[in-house]
Amino acid sequence: MDKNVVLHAEAVDKIYPGTKALDNVSYDVERGKVNVLIGENGAGKSTLMKIIAGIEQPSSGKLYLDGEEVSFKNTTEARNHGIGIIHQELSLFPNLNVYQNIFMGREYTQGIKLNNKKHAKLTQKVLEKLEHPIDENTIVGDLRVGQQQMIEIARNFIQDDLKILIMDEPTSSLSQQEVEVLFKLMREFTAQGISIVYISHRLEEILKIGDNVTILRDGKYVARAEVSDIDVPWIVQQMVGEGKSYPKKERKIDWSKQEKVLEVKDLSLPKSGGGFLLDHVNFDLKKGEILGIYGLMGAGRTEIFECIMGLRPEHTGEIYKNGNKIEVKNISQQLDQGFALVPEDRQKEGLVQTLNIGKNISLSSLKNYCKFIFLNGKEENESIDKQIKDIMIKVADKKLPILSLSGGNQQKVVIGKGILTNPEILLLDEPSRGIDIGAKTEVFDIINQYAELGLSIIVISSELKEIVSIADRVIVLSNGIKTGEFSEDQITEDTLVLSSYKGHHGHESKKES
Amino acid sequence: MEKANTKKRSSNDIIMTLLKGRTLIILGILVVLFSIITNNFFSLNTGLTIAKHVALYGILGLGMTYVLITGGIDLSVGAVAGLAGMIAGGLINQGLTLSAFGVTIYFSAPLVFFITACVGILFGWLNGIIITKLNVVPFIATLGTMNIARGLANLRSGGATFSNIVGKEALGNTGFDFLGKSILGIPVGVIILVILAIVAGIILKYTSFGWHILAIGGNERAAKLSGIKVNREKTYVYMFSGLCSAIVGMIAAAQLVAAHPATGEGWEMNAISSAVLGGTSMAGGIGTAGGTIIGAFIIGVINDGMTMYGVSEFWQKIIKGIVVILAVVIDQFQRNLQAKMALQARNENK
Repeated sequence: MDKNVVLHAEAVDKIYPGTKALDNVSYDVERGKVNVLIGENGAGKSTLMKIIAGIEQPSSGKLYLDGEEVSFKNTTEARNHGIGIIHQELSLFPNLNVYQNIFMGREYTQGIKLNNKKHAKLTQKVLEKLEHPIDENTIVGDLRVGQQQMIEIARNFIQDDLKILIMDEPTSSLSQQEVEVLFKLMREFTAQGISIVYISHRLEEILKIGDNVTILRDGKYVARAEVSDIDVPWIVQQMVGEGKSYPKKERKIDWSKQEKVLEVKDLSLPKSGGGFLLDHVNFDLKKGEILGIYGLMGAGRTEIFECIMGLRPEHTGEIYKNGNKIEVKNISQQLDQGFALVPEDRQKEGLVQTLNIGKNISLSSLKNYCKFIFLNGKEENESIDKQIKDIMIKVADKKLPILSLSGGNQQKVVIGKGILTNPEILLLDEPSRGIDIGAKTEVFDIINQYAELGLSIIVISSELKEIVSIADRVIVLSNGIKTGEFSEDQITEDTLVLSSYKGHHGHESKKES
Repeated sequence: MEKANTKKRSSNDIIMTLLKGRTLIILGILVVLFSIITNNFFSLNTGLTIAKHVALYGILGLGMTYVLITGGIDLSVGAVAGLAGMIAGGLINQGLTLSAFGVTIYFSAPLVFFITACVGILFGWLNGIIITKLNVVPFIATLGTMNIARGLANLRSGGATFSNIVGKEALGNTGFDFLGKSILGIPVGVIILVILAIVAGIILKYTSFGWHILAIGGNERAAKLSGIKVNREKTYVYMFSGLCSAIVGMIAAAQLVAAHPATGEGWEMNAISSAVLGGTSMAGGIGTAGGTIIGAFIIGVINDGMTMYGVSEFWQKIIKGIVVILAVVIDQFQRNLQAKMALQARNENK
């Protein structure tokens, strides 16, 4: 056996009732390398990783660790063999504090008493190593998503004997800055001989951090290559079978002549511990325009949407719609005024899992189909069908449960729900989070299509390439302050990144003075 | 491989159909069982007696179903029913004495129905406000109002029973016992149950309010972000439950022609059991009116069937407890199977 291979999976099959998630897949994890695993949603990446980490058992096939055959009944066994995993979905205890989360299940004790001093000290140490100092007594539920992910990562770095670290989309909720820290750490770990398996949808990241790339499609092995030999179009081609990327669109519109549909003046949102989450932010939105909002985690992007939708009654500032000042009271009133929101967290905020596909689409606009108090089922169904067709949701029957759809189609359902309220202004918070490339392209097509029809759209995105390609204009936030506004040719990855770091320095210098 | 899949799927489909119809199947089995082991069980008389009892927790169960669908719980239903009986009985027998004016007013029976219903709705509204505005969890909020209602019921008569609540011709307040009578042989309570079940079913399925409460129970945050007025609609649901409780209190009082302050003790458990047996999820988001009615009949058949067979009341309780737990276990099994089948469909669509 090749000495450079730390873990080898031989002809692994995984059969779920009615489907073959993995079909005769052989896979090598190279020692001290960043082994990238990619594929569209449902390609079998997560299943393969779950088998390696002991969460699932293969239906057939073998695993070899350092040349010896192993099989893991559960995660503890895998962990004892030095295999750790960071899940795509956070698996933290929001009700407990940072060190309790990190040491859950492997507590240090003195007799029967917990050694919390040791927990706290080791937690401090590991978080410092991760360049992400967070007070170890903070309740995890109070942390931002990006910080929570750091805790999840820190949990695995506590292990001394770590051989293989599996990271399933660890950066999907991290800011650019946090990603840099993570990448630096990953390089430190590979230098120490730890092997990393890295799953990501962000192709530019893969080329930056990966050593080799393995591609799965529909549960089957497709290709493997050294990163130095390949480029993004090649990866995309292997993944979807055809070349796909997001082309920058050219719109010939003189925006200065377009009417303003929305103007936000001096929008401020106080922070609970003093200071501002949003600090006197001004911006406007023209008819039919796609305005991008870019910023690092915690820059105040989502908070802007929350203020506009009436979810933050404590905000101050003025909001004008079509030139008239409006009072923001609550979300249902804002929906009536022509605003619609597609929230960031699809599962927690977007979908009602117990309702079927059709009802999830019509949920926000049910009152439009009411006669007296009764629903006009026919009218409602026609609108749902039209919406499903308009935004290309692939669905056999709208009465199926919502969870029978893939992530991309679920996202389209949430977008469809917003559009069905006939908004003038559509707010999209990370509309492409956690969906595969094919679905992403379709989501962007939908956004463009409705903008052409005159819908004014604001898009929050953490993915630079996306925002550069889709937005007509971009504002950048940093620490609650608007640090940049760019249009047309000024919208480049460099200008956006630069602005997104500006406020941090500004804030610090303010502190000093 | 393909063939095996299809085979597995069709067997899954059969299991699913059986699971979905399980409450009716269980009811059928119980009826057959008691008909065999007990004389006279399978008769019109027994049926009507059971239906009369079922009407009580069936109606409470309907209100409870709505509450459970939103992800809440209403422990106050039994106590509010008891209070409603005391208020109605008191108004009939003693009238309303306004000491400031030195007069006692007697209301006609329909007005008594109305006033008592309003008291029930008021308690529901109170539950709703405590839960949505003061952010008290439903279990504790309704535990509190349960005790308040029970205390008020006792205060109304000093713990005594209002007996013979039929009213007097001279006072013009006869007719309260109508609720305990029968029309064409069918108890009025059962008729009310059927009407309420149909209304509740239609509201749940064919109005935006119905879908809104299903959405609130399924994912409250998503419902709020979809523009649903979550607090208001939740309050309506508790008001509906309060109304159901008041109706049950009056029917119970009318059936006995007497009102006792302890009436309805423990009925909240029968209401919850009916809803859960009928497929309502304690986690919220799932439930039907029809299911709850079948659930109520299962409880009724077990109660009366076992009594007729001579099973002691103590054993009845044990058996009822086992049945409710089994119902939830089967429910979870169904849900897992459903999730599995959805996943399967999702993979096949790819």
